[in-house]
Amino acid sequence: MTGLPNQPTQPNSPKPVPAWLVIFALAGLLGFLGFLAVGMKKMTSPPLVIGDVVPDFSLTTFDGEVFNTSELRGKVILVNFWASWCPACKDEAAFLEQVWREYQSAGDVLFLGVDYVDTEKEALAYLEKFGITYPNGPDLRTQISQIFRVRAVPETYLIGKDGKLASLKIGPFASADEIRQMLDRELME
Amino acid sequence: MIANLGFGVLVITLVLSLYAIGAAFYGFKQKSSVMVESARLAALLTFPLLTIVSISLIILLTTGRFEYAYVFRVTSTNMPLYLKITALWGGQAGSLLFWCWLLSGFAFAAAMWVNKKEREILPWMTIVTMFTLGFFLILVLFMENPFERIWIFQTGDVVQSLFQPQFSIPAYPGEGMGLNPLLRHPGMVVHPPMLYLGFTAFVIPFGFAVSALITGRTDDNWIKASRKWSLTAWLFLSIGLVLGSRWAYDVLGWGGYWGWDPVEIAAFMPWLTGTAYLHSVMIQERRGIFKRWNVALIILTFCLVIFGTFLTRSGVLSSVHAFSQSAIGPLFFIFISIMFAGSLGLLLLRWGSLTTEGTIKSFFSRESLFLFNNLLFMAIFLICLTGVLFPLFSEIFTGQKVTVGPPFYKSATGPLFGALLLLMGIVPLSAWGSSTARNLGKEVWKPAVFSMLLPIGLLFAGMRQWGAVLALWLVSLVVIITLYDYARSVWIMAKTNHEGIWTAFNRLTSRNRRRYGGYIIHLGVVLMALGIIGIEFFQTQTQGTVKKGDSLQLAGYTLTYEDLNFDKTKVGIQVTQASISLSRNGKLLGHVYPSLEFYSESEQRVTIPGVRSTLEDDLYVILVDWLPVSAEGVTFKVFHNPLINWFWIGSIVFAIGALAALWPDRVKKPSHLSAGER
Amino acid sequence: MKGATRFSLGLLILIITAFSAQSALAQSGQPVSDDDVNEVAKGLYCPVCENISLDVCPTPACTQWRELIRDKLSLGWSKKQIEDYFVQQYGDRVLAVPPKNGINRLIYVIPPVVIIGGIVLVFIMIQRGKKLFIPAESAVFNKHSELSKSYLKKIEQDLRKEDES
Repeated sequence: MTGLPNQPTQPNSPKPVPAWLVIFALAGLLGFLGFLAVGMKKMTSPPLVIGDVVPDFSLTTFDGEVFNTSELRGKVILVNFWASWCPACKDEAAFLEQVWREYQSAGDVLFLGVDYVDTEKEALAYLEKFGITYPNGPDLRTQISQIFRVRAVPETYLIGKDGKLASLKIGPFASADEIRQMLDRELME
Repeated sequence: MIANLGFGVLVITLVLSLYAIGAAFYGFKQKSSVMVESARLAALLTFPLLTIVSISLIILLTTGRFEYAYVFRVTSTNMPLYLKITALWGGQAGSLLFWCWLLSGFAFAAAMWVNKKEREILPWMTIVTMFTLGFFLILVLFMENPFERIWIFQTGDVVQSLFQPQFSIPAYPGEGMGLNPLLRHPGMVVHPPMLYLGFTAFVIPFGFAVSALITGRTDDNWIKASRKWSLTAWLFLSIGLVLGSRWAYDVLGWGGYWGWDPVEIAAFMPWLTGTAYLHSVMIQERRGIFKRWNVALIILTFCLVIFGTFLTRSGVLSSVHAFSQSAIGPLFFIFISIMFAGSLGLLLLRWGSLTTEGTIKSFFSRESLFLFNNLLFMAIFLICLTGVLFPLFSEIFTGQKVTVGPPFYKSATGPLFGALLLLMGIVPLSAWGSSTARNLGKEVWKPAVFSMLLPIGLLFAGMRQWGAVLALWLVSLVVIITLYDYARSVWIMAKTNHEGIWTAFNRLTSRNRRRYGGYIIHLGVVLMALGIIGIEFFQTQTQGTVKKGDSLQLAGYTLTYEDLNFDKTKVGIQVTQASISLSRNGKLLGHVYPSLEFYSESEQRVTIPGVRSTLEDDLYVILVDWLPVSAEGVTFKVFHNPLINWFWIGSIVFAIGALAALWPDRVKKPSHLSAGER
Repeated sequence: MKGATRFSLGLLILIITAFSAQSALAQSGQPVSDDDVNEVAKGLYCPVCENISLDVCPTPACTQWRELIRDKLSLGWSKKQIEDYFVQQYGDRVLAVPPKNGINRLIYVIPPVVIIGGIVLVFIMIQRGKKLFIPAESAVFNKHSELSKSYLKKIEQDLRKEDES
């Protein structure tokens, strides 16, 4: 915060503080506190609240297909973060696949499975095991999860037709109905 | 009932602390000693009151009152009594209350024992301690209240709050979640209290410095009056850090004791500046220089205590030790802004009157070497600060998280720690004032040459790790010079006074506890350095999966896996323990029993290493995993940690030295007191 | 300081050569040992748990990553290749220290700047102090520079000083 403040001075003659020191110290203090405030806000508050426009991102699936959210306006997109090492993800995997099969044909809903910091071999085995058919791909360099500030998997975000965040679910879905309700609410609007 | 008592007394304590601030300020302005005395009494009273609050919470914790959210979260029926008590600091809310309690203890000490001579500073000392206490009490009362109950709505939603929300009924869970398994260790009984004692005790020297600045009494008095307090705080902090390392060594299964984790560093930073302060005050007392620097250092130290608490509790940083997310961030931020801005403002206000009476006259004088010591401590501190905040910085500017791990700290601070050892070696032989390079060289060369014997011997023995050879030379230099200087002083003393060596030794040590206590501390530090050198340069490890009867080899040891036992007697914990026999050159040395504890409630695994510890080395075995069906193939990880025990032994020597320096002096004749030096 | 850097550089080269020798072994069909895996894992950090390196991390996810390292090693990948793969998959935070690019360079610049800046500051201070210093004092000091005499005096001064404080 302060530099070595011990400039030699003439003994016993109280000198006023040099202006440069005051300016330097105050600038340092404000800079430091500002940095902390920005950092704290970034770390502790969610980057997106419901109604915010979700920044565009693209997901390259394990099969090499590319999905770009900027080209998917007009569709309701369900973004599900999961990982093969996550036990809670396994609880909801079947529900997600079930609901996806029901809504897939209508064409106005898209599911994107984002595989959060995972190993490819185990991830593919997981998809195989739960028979998941909707597009899934790795979250390279955690770029997608950082948009949503994912803390732990599973987390699910619903992007509305207007590209805004419509609703979100932290933790696993308890039933297929819960997912249906989430989708229906958005499709109704 | 008990919770209501605790909560009620908590409110009263907050009101009292606010009153003390007001009364002390009024008393200071109006020169009313009655008001100052009233403020002092109020400050005194906070300690017994917070004792009542803490005991109330302990009663709730030990009697299994799980309807209280905090009790529910940190205890369970199957925990032993001592863990139920220590659960007081096992979670955010309780540990904040514990902080307040210790802080009020030091507020009590300050109000009780601040010398009559220093009555002028009493109002400001009261304001500083009560302001800090008041803030933490507000956090406890309004943000993290340990007396909140659990309520359940008809919809099934569960909330925690102090008062019953509408349409809800109180919940009475039959069992709690239990303390985080990592904290269920005897080390956790003493580590946090020591650390917190160290943290909170720094409020007293800080209070002295702030009072001196405000009242304009910027002579050396505040330093003399606060010397023992700062030394006490520093000792507690040091012990707390060492105990934390011991806990990490015993529980975390890293094979090491210090992981350069942000939370560790947050506690280490005030230690660094505090250590710099303890050294640089000696120059001010002796030479009347560095006045500004010393005030700045002690203020910085306490600010860093608060800052570290902020970092680890506000959710700014995430780390293994960090408390879970909480809402105290913004309020805490306001508090540290006030503290930092207030301290800096005061410092600038009195900048002119903190003039120095002398200057440094030579690069090779003792004061100059002390200055270099301060430079090194500050550099290490700034590197630590950079490392801790850099991930945050990087995330703000690039959006990418980065890790600043041990390699950064080791390469950046390693040479600086080496330089500190060098200074520690030569400073005892340096002279105050206008010493020259020749004077210093004349004193140092003989022991320096002598100390070369060790590294030369090591080179002949075939050691080719140059960093280690250099570090071990520095260690031998410090030991030799410290002992040489001590012995020479005793010898001269005995000769001039015609007395026995032992008498001379005792008289010398007891008449200058601070200096010779310091020497003992330095010897403790070099012993600790031995342990650090051992682990940094010579640690080896291996990992392997073995069948029953098969062996692993490491550093000349043979480890044979003999058996695997499952202990199902503990409720909620499945313990798997392996038995391994150790031998070297065909000679059986004994057994180690590494184990793996699985906590079914939290699905958490804790590895308890099996360690064979000798003065020469530790063999540290971790049970990594086993194949569940047959328990045939078991994976072990083995660390060979040479010299590590010297780290713990050194820390005990260190504490003895600090106690020697702290030991109350014999009562002196008053005539001596008045004789000023300059 | 220079020596230490050179030393650590040397050590690094040693480790790298030792390691490439090992991976060559692995390539030749031998199974990858746990020690080989740990050697790489030590330098990589768990992407989900903060500040824990992969070789000591106890979570199931980390077990998977260790297996991934083992697979890559058995394919003959070098340590550097594996690190690059991890960065590309999981981001910069898997590295023990920030990569030397963009704003991250700062962290490698700050420590030397702090140290050199501090040394310069201390030198300036002492130089200024020496200018104010009256040379006569040194003569007084030198008169007593006979070793044990001045030393005894120093101790006596120290003791007197302590009694007074």
